[in-house]
Parts: sequence; C-alpha cells; structure tokens
Amino acid sequence: MALLEVEDLRVSFPTDDGVVQAVRGVSFQVDRGETLGLVGESGSGKSVATQTITGLTRGADVHGRAVFDGRDLLQATASELREVRGPGIGMIFQDPLTSLHPAYRVGWQIEEMIRAHQAVSRAQSRRRAVEMLGLVGIPHAAERVDDYPHQFSGGMRQRVMIAMAMALDPSLLIADEPTTALDVTVQAQVLQVMQRLQSDFGTAIIMITHDLGVVAEMADRVAVMYAGRLMERAPRRDAFYRPHHPYTEGLFDSLPTRGGQRLTPIVGTPPSLIHPPSGCPFHPRCRYAFDACATDVPALEPVDGNPAHVSACWLSHDSSLRERLRRAMKAASSS
Amino acid sequence: MSDPLLVADHVTKTFTARRRASRGGSQVVRAVDDVSLAIEPGETLGLVGETGCGKSTLARCVARLYPLTGGTVRFDGHDISTLSGRRLRPFRREMQVIFQDPYGSLNPRRRVGSIIGDGLAIHHVADGSARREQVQHLMEVVGLNPEHYNRFPADFSGGQRQRIGIARALALRPKLIICDEPVSALDVSIQAQVINLLLDLQSDFRLTYLFITHDLSVVRHVSSRIAVMYLGRIVETGTVDELFANSRHPYTRALLSAVPPADPDAADSREPVVLPGDLPSSVNPPSGCPFHPRCPRRQADCELAMPPLDPVYDDGPDHLTACLHPLRAGEDLSGATSDGAA
Repeated sequence: MALLEVEDLRVSFPTDDGVVQAVRGVSFQVDRGETLGLVGESGSGKSVATQTITGLTRGADVHGRAVFDGRDLLQATASELREVRGPGIGMIFQDPLTSLHPAYRVGWQIEEMIRAHQAVSRAQSRRRAVEMLGLVGIPHAAERVDDYPHQFSGGMRQRVMIAMAMALDPSLLIADEPTTALDVTVQAQVLQVMQRLQSDFGTAIIMITHDLGVVAEMADRVAVMYAGRLMERAPRRDAFYRPHHPYTEGLFDSLPTRGGQRLTPIVGTPPSLIHPPSGCPFHPRCRYAFDACATDVPALEPVDGNPAHVSACWLSHDSSLRERLRRAMKAASSS
Repeated sequence: MSDPLLVADHVTKTFTARRRASRGGSQVVRAVDDVSLAIEPGETLGLVGETGCGKSTLARCVARLYPLTGGTVRFDGHDISTLSGRRLRPFRREMQVIFQDPYGSLNPRRRVGSIIGDGLAIHHVADGSARREQVQHLMEVVGLNPEHYNRFPADFSGGQRQRIGIARALALRPKLIICDEPVSALDVSIQAQVINLLLDLQSDFRLTYLFITHDLSVVRHVSSRIAVMYLGRIVETGTVDELFANSRHPYTRALLSAVPPADPDAADSREPVVLPGDLPSSVNPPSGCPFHPRCPRRQADCELAMPPLDPVYDDGPDHLTACLHPLRAGEDLSGATSDGAA
C-alpha cells in the first residue's frame, strides 16, 4: 500500500476578486522510500496541494482524500494533524531564515519539537538535536547547537531545517523548493545531505521544485502540474526522454542549451485561476491544440498502455505517433 | 579586432562597515579586489559567481553607479573613473542597466509609459507626442502592447515587467547594457521568452552586454566569453567553449560540476565535486589565493601569494587563470571530500 494516496484533491480560496481555484482535482501517490518530484511553475498549485495535505491552508475550501498511513488527513482534526506533522510528515521550505524563529537558539527549536511529540528528558532531546545537526553536516554541532539562526549561513540554515524535519524520523519529507534560494555549490551540498539521510532513514520525499536539474538528480518519479491540474506523471526517464504532454515538452524546450540558438519558449503566460480556461487548461498556449482541447477536459490516460506513465492530453497516447507529430511540428516551425 | 568598448583596469571597491568600538571598530569589506577586464563591442561577457562574490558591485563600478576606490574604467576610449555629475551624464546614456527584480525596480505609482520615457525626458531627447510615439515604438519592440502605455506596473506579469525594464534600458539607444540577473526571477518558460528577446535585440541594435548571473546554463547560452569571480576577484576568464570544455581553476571546475544536469543519464553517471564549507567573509579574506581554504588541490604555497591572472600551460592570451596549480586538460579535481560536512 502506498504511504500517501491523494485522490481528486480540490482546493480553492475565496478572495475579493473571486474564488481562486488553486488545485483542481489532483491525484497522486507516494510509496515508502521513494522520491516524487513535483514540478510546475509559479502558481501551478504544487505548494498549495502539499500544504493542504498537512493542514496548512487555513481558510481554504478543500475536497478530496489524502490518505497517509491509513488515515485521511483531510478529515483529521487539528490535534490529529499536529500528531502527524513532525513524526509522520516532516517539512522544509524554500526560505530557511523565515522558517526558523530568529530569537531562539537553533538547538532549542529542535529540542522543543522533539519534546512536543515524545516523552523524553531535556538531556535526551538535546542529545538528539546535537546528533541531528551532526548528521546534516554542521561542523562542531555540540557548540553550534547554542547559536541563533542569524549566526548560520543560508546553506547551514537549510541544514538546520533538515535536521529539525528529520529529528522525529518521519516516513515522509515534503521539501518545498529547498535549494532554490541557495547558490549552486551550496545546493550540491544540501542535495547530498538529503540523499544520504534518505538512504539512512528510508524516508519518502516529495521534492517540489521548478528546477528540472534537481528533479533529474533526486526524483524516482515525476509529476507535472499546470494551472492546478496534474498534466503528466511518469517514471523519471520517461518524463525526461519521452515526455507526452505538450506542457512537459515545452518545459524541456525552454531550457537554455549550449550556444546562442533561439530557445523555443512556451508562448503566452499562465492563466488566471479565478477564470481558468475551459477544456484542457494548457490549450491557449499549446502548439498542438485543436477543437476538442478547448471544450473537453482530458483525463490522465496511460501512454503506450503503461499505467506508470499517464498524461492528460487529447493527442494520441501511442508514443510513436506522438513523436511523429512532434517532429512534424518542429519541422513546420523551423522552416 | 576593434578597440574594446569598456576596459576596467585594476578596479577595487571597498565598503566600510561601521561598528561599535567595543566590537572592533570599523571594518573594511573588499567587495571588488583588483579586477581587470575588457568588453569588445557587440559581444556578451558573462560574469558568473555565487552570492557575495562581488559581481554586482563590479558591474556597478564599471557603470559608475559607485565611485571607485581604486583603478580606472575607460568607456569608448574615455577615462570615466573620476567623472561625476554633469560630465558623467553623456556616458550614462551609453550604459544602461536591467535589474533582477521586475517588482522592485519599477515605481508602482508611475505609469509604464512615463517609466520607459524617463531617460528620453532627462536627456531632452524627445518631448510630448514625439516621446509618446518613441515609447510606444519601444513597447512594440520588446513585445508589449503599446495601448498599455497608461497602465501601472501592477497590471503586468513578471515577464512583462521585465520587458518594461528592457524597454526603459533601450530608450536611449545605449551601446552597453548591463544585465544584472535579468531572468533569475522568472519561470523557465517565461525566462526563455526573455532570453530570446535579449538575443534578438542584441543583433538588431548591435548591443554589447555585460551579463551577470549565477545560472550557468543561462550564461552558457547567451555569452561569448565568461569571467568567473570568487571573493572579489576574477579567478578565470575565457571563451564559453574553452571554459566549459577545459576549465583550469579548481573553483570553476567545482562550480560547473555543482549544476545538476536536466538529464537522468548524465545525473546518474556524474560524480559531482562537493566543495566543503561556505564562501569566506570578504572582511577578512583568506591570505594568498582566496579559494585555498576550500580547494581540493591546495598546497602550501597557495596561502602565501595571490596568483596572477595569466595564461597557464599552452593556453592562448584569451584564457586566463589565477591559480598556482591549475588543472590540466582531462585532469580530474581529485582529493575532494565526499561531503560538505568535512
């Protein structure tokens, strides 16, 4: 059985301008020990979807199911959710400075979380905090445990966040753009720490990112979101080498390559989620769009009959036909 | 080859951070330390490095947005190092800047038409309906709807705002545009649109770019030459192909290897070099080569003297490296620790 099973998740926020439909029917699952890369651009709903699962979207209108370890988190009470966050699901966010309390020592913040969930002594929780800081690679952990967040660099702060998220040995870690604010050499350090802890602890990870390089490095499977919907879900190699959905293809075509040729960006801008487009939400920007795309919503269907690789698109799900279409389109656009 | 458009010669910029005497008094930050570079007309020089390496400060020095602490800057044959006020103004027209943050760099209370037309007004290039006509033409050139002349920045998306910033930079027909992380805040599909626009404008208007970014795949795509900065100094410079294929400086090699490729096979087969530790403070930079405390190849002499930026091995005059023990072609950066914890 899957560790986390999300089914038809719908999240909307009432605002003064209208109802923002941030997540519009998303289903996915995460197995024990695996890494799911959740990819999409700003406003695609990837953060809202995962924050809703852990009960962090207050004031939102939520429908669907999110079964974690046999329990539907969307039906859970506030105190039941508090029991899940920490020991069940750990979380790290993009900006470690705003995620840590500036006026408390980092060790105190880790110890507080441990003692909130486990009946342990101060000395035991402190030992655990020092041990965790050492595991994430903070030098002289026994001394640094008494430092304040501002005394750490950005990369070290993100390690502190990882130490805190992993201190209770959760079975799922939700990492929301954990390296986006970091320089590449520091990102390399943090990704390496995450990979090592994952193999030591057997943690499943949902890696939310817009960086396709990070996905290629970390993910076992990839889920692509656009305008609140899941457009494609595939094992890593299929997603990168045989993308089916035109949006996934467009993301890869947008990546800078070597040597000054023109890139092939996706035209236009992402749609409003107050008035999302009818039919497939990507159709106004899609180079393959035809009549049905504007009226009917495509379901996630297997590509080449492979249930692990699904795509929500009206184009043929036979990948050889799809590839011929892609080539024809490319030839037409370059001539 | 024609004369360089811009030459920076031994440029140094320090800032003084005032602190209480009880905490050691004022401290001097050497943000840019003895940097020399030249930009040829029509080329794109990519300036790469991590947060705090001094790349934005260097750009602001060559654009004379900051007074220099030392060294000279020559633009189009004129020494502009010490000019100020009225005498600097003609050169301001020739050098424009596009900033990273499309939200922070546009005044939210002013209409985009007047934001783009500011330079035309300040330099008395065009007034009244002539200015409006020029601004609307610029909006068309960068892919904005000229009818949106009277709208406010808040009515535009991030990518469109960056186009507003580009139109503003183009208005005075500059020779040099300094692009300071112009696409870093944008999503990848929008980033590709803006990169295409910048490349089109470069060939249409024969622009020269100084392109500052921390994104190595972007810099590889747009630049003809690259300069790599570390702790206020240029540690290596050369053509794009040369640097990506045959980097000499251990820092350049580590920086390139840190970028995860968007390709599962390449991701699985590579052995990234993970540097230990963080960027040191530029208040008390390490002695000798500033990279030596993190360098997997350091030897005793690295702490003693700052290596000069010179060609090494059989490199031509265009490929300069500041390292006492540079990497040979095909040589690995061995001796790296396996974890940042070390």
